[in-house]
Amino acid sequence: MHLPSHLHYSVDHEWADNLSGVARVGITDFAAEALGDIVFVELPGEGTAVMAGEPCGEIESTKSVSELYAPVTGTVVAVNPEVVADPGLLNADPYTAGWLYAVEITAGPRLLTAEAYRELCEPS
Amino acid sequence: MYPALRRTPLHALHQSLGVRFTDFAGWSMPLRFSGETAEHNTVRSSAGIFDLSHMGQLAVDGPEAGRALDYALVGSISPLAVGAARYTMLCHDNGGILDDLVAYRLAPDRFLVVANASNTPVVLAALRDRLDGFRAQARWEHRVLLAVQGPHAERIVNCPDASALKYYQAVATELAGRPVLVARTGYTGEDGFEIFCEPADAAVLWSAFAPALPAGLASRDTLRLEAGMALHGNELHVGVSPFEARLGRLVDFTKPDFVGRTALLRRADQTPRTLLVGLTSTGRRAARAGYAIVDPSTGARIGTVTSGAPSPTLGRPIALGYLATAYAEIGTTVAVDIRGTAEPFTVTACRFYSRRDA
Repeated sequence: MHLPSHLHYSVDHEWADNLSGVARVGITDFAAEALGDIVFVELPGEGTAVMAGEPCGEIESTKSVSELYAPVTGTVVAVNPEVVADPGLLNADPYTAGWLYAVEITAGPRLLTAEAYRELCEPS
Repeated sequence: MYPALRRTPLHALHQSLGVRFTDFAGWSMPLRFSGETAEHNTVRSSAGIFDLSHMGQLAVDGPEAGRALDYALVGSISPLAVGAARYTMLCHDNGGILDDLVAYRLAPDRFLVVANASNTPVVLAALRDRLDGFRAQARWEHRVLLAVQGPHAERIVNCPDASALKYYQAVATELAGRPVLVARTGYTGEDGFEIFCEPADAAVLWSAFAPALPAGLASRDTLRLEAGMALHGNELHVGVSPFEARLGRLVDFTKPDFVGRTALLRRADQTPRTLLVGLTSTGRRAARAGYAIVDPSTGARIGTVTSGAPSPTLGRPIALGYLATAYAEIGTTVAVDIRGTAEPFTVTACRFYSRRDA
């Protein structure tokens, strides 16, 4: 499992690249692998308020569909058009090209370090 | 404590390929190897190989085996020539579907009946019960079943006399020097072969078919769904008869007596209350098993989706489901409740994909 150490992780298998200001968010390698080949993402539009731990969209693979949870609380300020056009980016490159949307954070998020998140996914 | 999941003789080999396993019908089975979309597309364009050793293989032997199966199943089995196979069903006395099966005649007094994994104990018990009084016995065999499916399957399997082996025929032969039963059957909508072999020979044969891409149950499910093939547990269960499932042609009423005949005859004469239909959408959200089908004007529930996925070949959502007969005409617009939003779908035939040469 690939987990960049500079990112912050949620128990719902999302990541955020900042704890304050504007953060890009996405889903983890672990989540993408569990879903299989992702074919469709529905993301919150710009200006939407999202709340940490609450559903804000959905993510669909050939095999299944699941809700997308926001890892942080704030307002959506940008959406990644490339990932909407090509959801396969979430499988190929979930931490860089596969970012989902950017949020202006309004409340201090509680997120995990890469090591803590790894422990959650692969209990030793 | 939960019972351990059963593993096929190829489990370690799959593991070495980096497979993701899934729990299926008490077995740990390959879900996907390289990725279900690539596996699906490769079966459509060249060939894929599946380990289907979880499927139940029941040997039915005896001088009256054919007649006994005529009584036990809805189809006519005794007229099959040696080397011929038939898609058939085991029905409850009330006409409900207990399982869908493929029956192969291997010798005048020997048949192979292939059942769904989760159902094999049910099928074996029912066969034993129904064979009582006939000179015939049923027993569970534990061989490996491989499927090589796709337009390149004939070249890859390289079966002697493959061109003489027609769809739904089987032959006992040797491949890679190992004794096998090769059948031209499958569950993908493509040309292909199913190869029954001894567990000790499975790895050699898997390697011999190496040009075929290893494929798992995830791609097998989307392949069969595109081909409009019903799945036991989804489209087929004891709550429906072959007539609702549009498989009434499998029931042979020319047989004077078979289990379920009276109830099935009654059902054949009535218009079913619900029918299995295909559904497609021009949107992107897929209808999934269990979702409600509703009247687009009133919102009243008119059916239930039994299988659904974004079709890799067609690039749009496809589904199968049971729909109130009044709505089941092809071209009717219905709606599927996709997590609280009614999305429009169009009723279609159950088959979404046919290969070009078929």
